[in-house]
Amino acid sequence: MTIPLSYYLVLSGIVFLTGVIGVLLRRNIIIILLSVELMLNATNINFVAFSQYFHDVGGQVFVFFALTVAAAEVAVGLAIIIALYRAKSTINIDEFQLLKW
Amino acid sequence: MEQAFFFYFAFVIAAASVLVIAVRNPIYSAMALLVMFFHVAGLYVTLHAEFLAAVQIIVYAGAILVLYLFVVMLLNMRQDDRYHRQWPMAAAVGMTLFIEAVILTAMKGWTAPTVATGRETAVGEAGNTEAIGDVLYSTYLFPFEVASLILLVAMIGAIILAKKDPEAVNSEG
Repeated sequence: MTIPLSYYLVLSGIVFLTGVIGVLLRRNIIIILLSVELMLNATNINFVAFSQYFHDVGGQVFVFFALTVAAAEVAVGLAIIIALYRAKSTINIDEFQLLKW
Repeated sequence: MEQAFFFYFAFVIAAASVLVIAVRNPIYSAMALLVMFFHVAGLYVTLHAEFLAAVQIIVYAGAILVLYLFVVMLLNMRQDDRYHRQWPMAAAVGMTLFIEAVILTAMKGWTAPTVATGRETAVGEAGNTEAIGDVLYSTYLFPFEVASLILLVAMIGAIILAKKDPEAVNSEG
């Protein structure tokens, strides 16, 4: 393999960091969920790179499971967003401070 | 050649993921994520994970992103979304993680560790899809069933959460 493993790790680190900053920075709940998708994709890149590197197909199977969990997360998360929007007519997270001390 | 492909995919993935969190309009954000998904699929192809590349496009770009766009258009939000007040904290966390990554990379160096342990399964011999199916339905059979259970629970939960209150419906009509 001509491309070192560390290149993939750096790429996935950049994408993961972008996702973390997006979760902390944005106020729109939908963008926050999109940032979570970014983080899941960063881990998936890692899994596939290691799977290729160690010639073990198990890593790709785990990407499959991560994909399943991502699909479940999106379905439930978007349903929660719709329920929140129905209750408050906004999806700005500054408005949801019921649990804030 | 391989390096050129990798750097192209890596650059577009990084740029698109920055765009996802930087663009104001959620629709554009989702479109940037679509570009990123396609390029991650391309990266999978260069890593000889063709089956996952197909699944990435079908499930992520075809199902998950459509769901996002559907909700964005359903909610019809105003574009007054600004960055959060807690951006100093976000900057602190981001800088800490970034410095940590740089230090770890510098300490460990760029050399590759030893290749391949004992029980590896052949990736390229019988075809990628066959290899995955072989492992998925033998070694990982129980997690596979658990994944199907997770999907069932998510489906029921999403229906119940997004359903309107029966009392609210009654009072309306």
